[in-house]
Amino acid sequence: MREREVPQDGNATLAGHRKAVYAVADDGKLRLIPSRGWEVEEIVTRQAVEDLERHAHEARTRVLAGRTSTLEYHMYRARMDVALLSQATGLWRWRVRRHFKPEIFARLPPALLRRYAAALGIAVEALQKVD
Amino acid sequence: MPDFVHAHASHCESGVMSSLLRHQGMPMSEAMAFGLASALAFAYLPFIRLNGLPLIAFRMPPGAIIRGLHRGLGLGMRFETFRSPEAGSARLDQLLDSGKLVGLQTSIFWLPYFPPDLRFHFNAHNLLVYGREGDDYLISDPVGETPVRCAREDLEKARFAKGVFAPRGRLYYATNTPAPADLPRLGRRALARTARIMLRTPLPLIGVRGIGLLARAVERLSVADGGGPARLYIGHIVRMQEETGTGGAGFRFMYASFLQELAAAAAYPALQELAERLVVIGDKWQEFAVASARMIKRRDPLEPPALAALLRGLAAEERNFFEDLRAAQLAWKP
Repeated sequence: MREREVPQDGNATLAGHRKAVYAVADDGKLRLIPSRGWEVEEIVTRQAVEDLERHAHEARTRVLAGRTSTLEYHMYRARMDVALLSQATGLWRWRVRRHFKPEIFARLPPALLRRYAAALGIAVEALQKVD
Repeated sequence: MPDFVHAHASHCESGVMSSLLRHQGMPMSEAMAFGLASALAFAYLPFIRLNGLPLIAFRMPPGAIIRGLHRGLGLGMRFETFRSPEAGSARLDQLLDSGKLVGLQTSIFWLPYFPPDLRFHFNAHNLLVYGREGDDYLISDPVGETPVRCAREDLEKARFAKGVFAPRGRLYYATNTPAPADLPRLGRRALARTARIMLRTPLPLIGVRGIGLLARAVERLSVADGGGPARLYIGHIVRMQEETGTGGAGFRFMYASFLQELAAAAAYPALQELAERLVVIGDKWQEFAVASARMIKRRDPLEPPALAALLRGLAAEERNFFEDLRAAQLAWKP
């Protein structure tokens, strides 16, 4: 990549930040050049973010239909999956999955709710509803 | 720490080590730090899953740059992990108060100063803490253009995140002022190591053979039902290659910069020619990224075999390149 080819596409996922990339300057030397972003990166980053958002959105629909608990929605909101939430809380995966049942989640003791809320970085009240 | 200078780098770990070495009185570019630590690699690890997708890495595992430089330069690095966030924060405060520059391994997701779209659960991020004001830490994150601040509570969460590569509060600092580096000796050894990793790792998932195995996995992606999972898979490869602080083209450009710098510093011009060839290989990695992005965006029809062919071409070129790097290394008599 030549220095003048360093993409300055204004990648929205960088939120105005610039990242440093290596490119060949006119004197033939490789240098660190600040880049405003590349469309290719924006495409793949947005793709990953949208996939996570789609999971959250689908979970939200299921919560409103009474088919899953708010825990599953907030797990996806925090960009986690069952494996990661299980590790973050120290609970077995099957227990996490079991807590996706609305009737079981509704009966969880406050200590478990606090554990989930802490792992997800939200308040207990927020964990119990969808926004 | 009034004398600390922040520097913008393209990769967190090599950037941290470059800044830390400068602070210890041994200025070294990020590319030189990366190359001397033999950090370039390729690994396709389908049994480690990140959000359900295989780990694809263009460099050695997290920590390899810090440990590689520590061994080569005699930095006397100390590493500590902690059982509780309280203990981790107390120790960090203690080190900062005694005037140490401290490196941390953290998650990216819990760092509030990162752009929201880039906050994924990746636990092997590295940054430097150079001071504290009340409950705010003064942070030099190498991938940022300027220093930032981070509240204690957020930093604790980032340091004690769980999951793959869980940092367990890991911090590190140097205890020695390094002696001037013997660049020809260190460089020669680092080249041998990188050539060996790329060509002769017994496990076929590592090195140029790993690129071939990734090509096979891409070739087998199903395009049925719109090919949603296939698009996510190839997008994931491109993210690992371009977006996760690689300096472009999966660290190939950064390593080329290292070869160029070493050629001049150690007076061995053969490396300059190899640097130019690696830039061409890096450009081809970026062509692979463009072809992938066009398929993801449906500007081109989704054809995994076409992408697999590009990857096989890259595997062949990298094999030639690293064979020649090895030959140049063996012919080098400093």
